Amino acid sequence: MAIIEEKDRKEIQKRLAEMAGPVKIINFTQELECQFCRETRQLLQELSELSDKLSFEVYNFQLDKEIAAAYKIDKIPATVIEGAKDYGVRYFGIPAGYEFAALLDTVISVSKGDSGLSESTREKLKAITNPVHIQVYVTPT
Amino acid sequence: MAHAIAIENDKVTADMVEATEFPHLAQKYHIHGVPKTIINEDIHVEGAVPEFRFVQELLKVMETKEWSH
Repeated sequence: MAIIEEKDRKEIQKRLAEMAGPVKIINFTQELECQFCRETRQLLQELSELSDKLSFEVYNFQLDKEIAAAYKIDKIPATVIEGAKDYGVRYFGIPAGYEFAALLDTVISVSKGDSGLSESTREKLKAITNPVHIQVYVTPT
Repeated sequence: MAHAIAIENDKVTADMVEATEFPHLAQKYHIHGVPKTIINEDIHVEGAVPEFRFVQELLKVMETKEWSH
C-alpha cells in the first residue's frame, strides 16, 4: 500500500515542478529494517518517483560502511538530500507530517542551490568559517 | 531554516532528528518540547524562532571554547 496518497501526489508533483537541477535522495537503512526504516525508505522511494529530477539510492548502514562514514551517518533511518554537491542536509528518522512539507522545501532549495535566506542573514553567515553542526529535534505531527 | 543555513554555508551541516525514534538522544539533550535546536552541543534553542533570532543564536558558537581550537 502506498504511503503517499493519490490526491497528494499531484500536489507534490506541482511543488516539485519548481526544481532546477537534479537532486539525489540517499537513504541508509539495514537488512532487517526497523518499522521507521521501512516506512522511510518507502516514503522516499514514492517521493522520488514524482519528479524526473529526483533520483533515489539506498545503502545498507551495516554493509556500506565506507559510504555511511563518508556521509557521516551514525544512526538510521538516515537520509541525505544531495544536489550539485553535498550541502550537509540530513534527516534522521522519518520525515513525515509537517516534516514532509519541510522536506519538499529543502529538496527545492537544494535543487536550486539557493537557501532562500534574507540578504542580511546571508551576510551574517559569512562569519561562520569553522564547522558547525546543527541538530533540530522534531516529532511527527 | 537549519537546512537553509547548511545550503548557504559549506561549514554548516544540519540534521533534522525525529526525537521519538532516537530516545537516547532526546534524553541526552533534554528534549521535552519540539522543535529544539542543538548547535555544536553547546547552544540550545527552544521552540521555533524567527530567522534573525536563529542566526543570533547560531553566531554564539563563535564565543564558545571549541571555536578557537
